Amino acid sequence: MAAFLELRNVSKSYGQGAHRVDVLKNINLTIEEGEFIAIVGFTGSGKTTLISLIAGLIQPDEGEIWLKGKKITAPGPDRGVVFQNYSLLPWLSVSGNVDMAVKQVFPKMNKTEREEHVARYISMVNLTPALHKKPTELSGGMRQRVSVARALAMDPEILLLDEPLSALDALTRGSLQIEIERIWRESKKTILLITNDVDEGILLADRVIPLTPGPKATLGTEFPIGFKRPRDKAAINADPNFKKERNGINNYLMEIGKHRSATNNRKYDLPYVDPILPPLKSLI
Amino acid sequence: MGKAIIASFKWLGFGFLDPLVKLFQGVEPKKNGGLLLKKVIIPILSVLIFLAVCNFFSQYLYNVERERKIENTRATQGEEAALTMQECIDSGDLSCKPNSLPSPGDVWHAAQTLIADHRLISADKEAFKEKTAAINAQREKQGLEAIRYTGRPSFVDQIFTSLETVFAGFLLAAFLAIPAGIVLGLSETLRSSLNWVIQIFKPVSPVVWLLLVSMVVKTILASADMDKSFVISFISVGLCSMWATLVNTSVGVSSVDKDYLNVSRVLRLGVMSNVFKVILPSSVPLIFTGLRITLSVAWMVLIAIELLAQSPGLGSFVWEEFQNGANDSNAKIIVAMFVIGGIGFALDRIMMLVQKAVSFESKA
Repeated sequence: MAAFLELRNVSKSYGQGAHRVDVLKNINLTIEEGEFIAIVGFTGSGKTTLISLIAGLIQPDEGEIWLKGKKITAPGPDRGVVFQNYSLLPWLSVSGNVDMAVKQVFPKMNKTEREEHVARYISMVNLTPALHKKPTELSGGMRQRVSVARALAMDPEILLLDEPLSALDALTRGSLQIEIERIWRESKKTILLITNDVDEGILLADRVIPLTPGPKATLGTEFPIGFKRPRDKAAINADPNFKKERNGINNYLMEIGKHRSATNNRKYDLPYVDPILPPLKSLI
Repeated sequence: MGKAIIASFKWLGFGFLDPLVKLFQGVEPKKNGGLLLKKVIIPILSVLIFLAVCNFFSQYLYNVERERKIENTRATQGEEAALTMQECIDSGDLSCKPNSLPSPGDVWHAAQTLIADHRLISADKEAFKEKTAAINAQREKQGLEAIRYTGRPSFVDQIFTSLETVFAGFLLAAFLAIPAGIVLGLSETLRSSLNWVIQIFKPVSPVVWLLLVSMVVKTILASADMDKSFVISFISVGLCSMWATLVNTSVGVSSVDKDYLNVSRVLRLGVMSNVFKVILPSSVPLIFTGLRITLSVAWMVLIAIELLAQSPGLGSFVWEEFQNGANDSNAKIIVAMFVIGGIGFALDRIMMLVQKAVSFESKA
C-alpha cells in the first residue's frame, strides 16, 4: 500500500537567473496515516514554503506530492491548513468563520446540522463562550484555536500546522500545545506540524524531522520520539530521555547550522564608491 | 447613563462635547475643564474673532466704496449732487447703498429675508394648490395634465433641488464606479490597460465634463420630454465624482490580504463566492472611503455645474443673485455659501457614520 502522504524529490526555487534562490531541494518525506510529525528548522529555512507546497498553494518545480494515492496539484479542503497568522476573516464571527468553511465543504448539510457541526468543533477547542465574538475581540491564543477549529471542521485528511504557536506568549503556547495533543488523539487526524521550537516538536510528535538551513534546504536525519501518550509536559520535562533527545536534535541542528555558515561562499560585492570631490576652481 | 451619552456623542462625531458631559457629572473637573476650554470654548472664540475680522474688513471696504461713489458723483454731476449722495448714503437709504462685501449683520438679515421669502412662496403655493384642486381633479378625469405651480422657487426649494441632483449624481457614480472598480481590481491586465485613461479623465474639470455630457445628452434626449438640464447636471456630477470610488474600489479589491485569499483557495471557493464572501467584505472600508470622497466632490462640483447648466439649484441661485445685483444680493450669495458649506459638512458626517457602521475593525 502506498504511503498516506508522500513527497518525492520535491524542489522549489524562487526567482530566475542570477536572482534565483533554491529554497527547497530534494525533499523526500513519507507520513503514515494518524501520525504526528514535526518538522523543525531555522527561520528562513523554507518551512512555510514546504507547507504551502503540501497545501497546494504553490507548485513544486520538480518532484511530486501524493496524498492517499492522489497527486496534489491545487489547494483543497482535504488538507486543513492552520496559518501562522490565524487568517480569520475579521468581518465574520467565530462561528461565522467556521461555518463558512463547513458550508463550502459540506454543501449538503442543512442549517441545523451545520450549526451542530460548527458548535462541536468550536467546543473541541474550548471556545463555546466566544461563539458570536469577532476575531478582533479575541486574544491571539483564542484566534489560533478558532483557526484550528476551522481546519478541523472541514474534516480534512491531514492537518497542516504552520508555526501555529510562534506568535503566542510562552504560557498560552504551553496550554495550546497540550490542547493540540488532545485534539490529535480525539480526532485521530494525521498532523504535520512545522515549528522552530525543538521542545514543542519533542512534546507533541511521533517523529521530529529537522529541516536543514536554506538555501537548498532538505530534510535531515529524523528523530523518533517514544514518549507514551497522552503526554504530560511536566512528566516529559523531568524525563532524562527528554534531555537526551533535545540535546541530540539541538546538536544536530547546530552542526548543520555551522556547516551553513562555514560553507557560505556568497560573494558580497561592496558598492563602488567614488569619492565626490569639490570641483576644482579654475582660476581665471 | 453618562457613558451612553458620551459613546453616542463619539459615534456621531461630537466627541469634543464629552468633557462637558463629564463636567456635569463632576468627573475630574480640572482636567475636563481644561479640555472643554481647548475643544469648545477656544473654537467658539475663534469663530467670534473671525466674525469680528469680517465685520471690520467689510466696514473698511464699505468706506472705500462710499468715498469712491461720492467722488464719482462729484466728478460727473458736481458738488451739489455729491453732497446729496453723501446724505443719501449716510441716511442708510437702500437705493444709494454702495455695493461692497456685506458685513455679518447684512448676511444675517439676508438669511432672514430668504426664510421669510420661503414662507411667502410656500403660502402662495398652498393657496394655488387649493385654488386649482377642483380644476386639477377634473383635468385628471379628462386625461389632461394637472396645472402646476410655476412661480419662482424659494431658497429652500433650491436647496432641495440641489440635494436631489447631488443624490442622483452620487448614485450614478456609485453604480458605475463600484462594479467597474471590482472588475478592474480583479484583473491586473485590465487595470494597467485602463490606467492611463483613468489618470487622464480623473483631473478633468467639471466644466468640461458638463460640456461633454451636454453634447451627448442633447442628441440622445433631443425629442424626449424631460428636464434636460437636470439630466445633464446630474450625469456630469456623477462622472466628475466617480473617480475616487473607482480608484479606491480597485485598490481595495486588488490589495486584499493574501491570507484571506489563501483561506479562500484552501476552501476552493468559486469565483462568485470568492468575490462576495472574501474580496468584497475585505474591501468595504476602502470602498466607503471612496464613496465619502465622491460625495464631497459631487457636492463641490454641483454648484459650478448648476451654475453653468442653468439647472435649478443653489448654483443657479448664486448665479442669479450675482446677475441680479440688488443691494442685498451679495449678502444672499454669502448666505448660500454658508448653506453650501454646512450641507457639505453634514453630508460628509453622514457618510462617515455609514462608513463606521459597515466597516469591521482592522486585521485580526
